[in-house]
Amino acid sequence: MDVAIIKYNAGNIRSVDYALRRLGVTPLITADKKMLSKADKIIFPGVGEAFTTMRFLHEEGLADFIRGLRQPVLGICLGMQLMCRHSEEGDVDCLGIFDADVRRFVPQKHEEKVPHMGWNTLNNVKSPLLDASLEGQFVYFVHSYYVPVCEHTIATTGYIHPFSAALQKDNFFATQFHPEKSGSVGERILQHFLTL
Amino acid sequence: MKNEEFSLAKRIIPCLDIKDGKTVKGVNFVNFRDAGDPVELGAAYSRAGADELVYLDITASHEGRKTFTELVRQVAAHISIPFTVGGGIHELQDVDRLLNAGADKVSINSAAIRNPKLIDEIAGHFGSQVCVVAIDANQENEDWICYLNGGRIPTDKQLFSWAREAADRGAGEILFTSMTHDGVKTGYANEALARLSDELPIPIIASGGAGQMEHFRDAFVQGKADAALAASVFHFGEIKIDELKLYLQREGINVRL
Repeated sequence: MDVAIIKYNAGNIRSVDYALRRLGVTPLITADKKMLSKADKIIFPGVGEAFTTMRFLHEEGLADFIRGLRQPVLGICLGMQLMCRHSEEGDVDCLGIFDADVRRFVPQKHEEKVPHMGWNTLNNVKSPLLDASLEGQFVYFVHSYYVPVCEHTIATTGYIHPFSAALQKDNFFATQFHPEKSGSVGERILQHFLTL
Repeated sequence: MKNEEFSLAKRIIPCLDIKDGKTVKGVNFVNFRDAGDPVELGAAYSRAGADELVYLDITASHEGRKTFTELVRQVAAHISIPFTVGGGIHELQDVDRLLNAGADKVSINSAAIRNPKLIDEIAGHFGSQVCVVAIDANQENEDWICYLNGGRIPTDKQLFSWAREAADRGAGEILFTSMTHDGVKTGYANEALARLSDELPIPIIASGGAGQMEHFRDAFVQGKADAALAASVFHFGEIKIDELKLYLQREGINVRL
């Protein structure tokens, strides 16, 4: 099976690469649309800033390309947020795959610090990506913006208020958390994605 | 839908000092192939339930630095939890090199005191979440004085104002080591920790003073810390991370199990 990681200036490409290798898969890391098209699975990673990254995706012709993908796609963290309609980070229009907007966390209490950083639980899990055994399991988050719970939500997490920990629409999957940094639980989720 | 409470877990972080690619502090693990191997040790901590790891490069030489970068690559390749690296970071290029090697965060200490703008630069280029500002401070009369070079050189900076400045400049977390408590094993500097936590909008990592499991509970409850770091109690097996987390859970603290 060919797995490709969309290459752009995302901070966690190396971590995703390593995590897949630990599962016995050596991914192709490329921004070449022809190469990406041939892959069975595509991962759209992301650590960075929404506005700059969207500009890059438009410049490279990757925005329309990602929207048109037919194989299973997994967006991670910023990757997930960019698959939404619009982000408050840089007030930028995104890919519009998920019908949801990305908002900034507004703390209600002092101990609710932003970014939301650390291990938190998956709740209300659904779909082939997240099986029932993952309910209540801890995964690793680092983010200041979130996607509200919406029709595409396949897992929620509570921080300040419930938000979307994962999304799915058709062949598009996405996680706000970092499966590549979530220990054995994260490995199970990546494994699920690889077997979809 | 399930009613979710505030469920972000308190973090337990073992710290490994590295010299020339090897763990420095004596390590007293049984059933361990190579206690000096930082990757093996980190993996063991990860299996035991550590939430993050810190690797601190205490090598001074240029050669040692290259060895450390290679080690960071190995850690990233083998360990599936987040890790922070520190030591020998003076400029943006160092940060870039270490993040490229696979580190999730960098910790800066003396370099930030000497050149506070480095915090703005790291936050601006890579985001606040990668920028941990480590502060070594000693309680002297009523004041907490910040120190340089691993606690050898006093500065004119005070803990609370410097931590505030670091947060304002874009630090993502403060790692506060109390030199007063470090090595004494009578607990963390909970009063100072609580004040940092109350005053700052970013997570606080407690460091220095852990000797018993109760000390971790106190750092979270009295000290309001978001994470607690320790070295020797873990390395010497005096406290096992899996047992510590079960203890903390029994004490009503939200930890990842």
